[in-house]
Amino acid sequence: MWNFSRYADKTAAISEDGTEYSYAFLAEHGDKLAKAVGKRCLVFCLCSNSIGSLLGYTSFINHHIVPLMIDEQLDKDLLNSFFEIYKPDFLWASSEKAQNLEGKVVYQDCGYALIKRDDEAFYPLYEDLALLITTSGSTGSPKFVRQSYKNLQANTDSIVQYLHLNGTERPITTLPMNYTYGLSVINTHLAVGATIILTDKTLMQREFWNLFNEQKVSSFAGVPYTYEMLDKLMFFRRKLPYLKSMTQAGGKILPILHQKFAEYAQKEGKEFVVMYGQAEATARMGYLPANISLEKCGCMGIAIPGGKFHLIDDKGEEITTPETVGELAYEGDNVTLGYAEKGEDLAKGDERHGFLKTGDMAKFDKDGVYSIVGRKKRFLKIFGNRVNLDETERLIKTQYQDFDCVCAGKDDAMEIFITDEQKIKEVQSFVANKTHLNFTAFHVHYLNEIPKNDAGKVLYTELSKLC
Amino acid sequence: MSNIEKYTQAFCQAFDIDEETAKKLKFQDIPAWDSVGHMGLVAQLEEAFDIMLEPDDIVDLSSFEKGKEILAKYDITF
Repeated sequence: MWNFSRYADKTAAISEDGTEYSYAFLAEHGDKLAKAVGKRCLVFCLCSNSIGSLLGYTSFINHHIVPLMIDEQLDKDLLNSFFEIYKPDFLWASSEKAQNLEGKVVYQDCGYALIKRDDEAFYPLYEDLALLITTSGSTGSPKFVRQSYKNLQANTDSIVQYLHLNGTERPITTLPMNYTYGLSVINTHLAVGATIILTDKTLMQREFWNLFNEQKVSSFAGVPYTYEMLDKLMFFRRKLPYLKSMTQAGGKILPILHQKFAEYAQKEGKEFVVMYGQAEATARMGYLPANISLEKCGCMGIAIPGGKFHLIDDKGEEITTPETVGELAYEGDNVTLGYAEKGEDLAKGDERHGFLKTGDMAKFDKDGVYSIVGRKKRFLKIFGNRVNLDETERLIKTQYQDFDCVCAGKDDAMEIFITDEQKIKEVQSFVANKTHLNFTAFHVHYLNEIPKNDAGKVLYTELSKLC
Repeated sequence: MSNIEKYTQAFCQAFDIDEETAKKLKFQDIPAWDSVGHMGLVAQLEEAFDIMLEPDDIVDLSSFEKGKEILAKYDITF
């Protein structure tokens, strides 16, 4: 995937304490780690924005070892259930986490440990399978997207091209590595010999901004909520002479914020790029070129280089007239192989053949610029994470079998209706724990009875009136 | 309500915790106090004391104790 020897002497990453790691370091230490693994197999990579995590990920990809990318903070029960389902040969986790994980530590480097699992039965891996990553906001389902080497390469090439990335970039990590958008920042910048500033600090912390200035950060990535926080922090008043570009994805940003940031970028000679994507398309499918960001405020953009959008109407016909809403589909080499929900699925080949129905409803204007207008499927984006409403209902109903429950709401605010007044608080913390998202996004309401029609179908429109 | 009561209540409300937990709390000690929760805490404090926190103060608000020092700048004493 990456040719680190091309940039051997350049700095690939800088950790929070200021230590610099060269591309030669990643190459050499990556070779040693891969030797310790010894074969093509499945490794759970417990991710953080640290050098150990980066070393593991790049080593595995470059040596055809398949990482399954998960948050190192993942709920322990969930992690154990994933072990059961996928039976990885190894885990790669911070040495601190490793102490509480089953298995034998066989190798250590950069604060991370390689743990050999005792599971004998492991599943065969499809030859082009590169990595497994969640569709974000995992509600406890063991569903992962299967991404191929071809997918990673194609999406990396497209992004490098449309963002005009080069070796002088200095992005700071604002998103986790186990999130496709965060991972795409890493993939693309390592491809051009840039320097990644690694931190797990958030933009609500003084240390983050100190690092931002000290390391002369040139770009960052954010989900809609990131930009709401930046607005609250009066970002526009900050002197950031080294900042060149800001990208946004992970859901639709409020048009007012889109305009604010696009105006700021134009005035300060920076770029603000609104983008669109899904884990199912590796990361990126569309982007709004910075030079039309203001003019096309609120729009999603055009297909990335090498990709093509289609709009499909109810009858399955392609829409060719502007301002007509249909389901957005995408065609390109970054369309992933498919999903894995159990160990046997790891042997599966390409099920999508380069064509993906996104589940988003969209239209295009007379200039061919697309806007997202709604969703076909029942899910919300919560702080950039996709959370499926039906899955959340199932999750709650499985845990609490003596009352009824339905989920609705809008992005960043899920409305959960339950028929047991005593369980409001409990359900709120339960869902927050399971999704690993801040509890304030989940509003639990008590209802005497869930409104349903004669056929027993939930009347969601009735519910939306109650929010 | 005294200032310290109002201040403690803001933490309890923002993170859904009891007073004892609130008094020892630092950023990221609990899942609820992440960057999203931080925005909620700032909103609670601003409402409780009818103030607007400066961005520098928002990013310095790293613990229950530190927050008291910060609010002193807004003439709020404990």
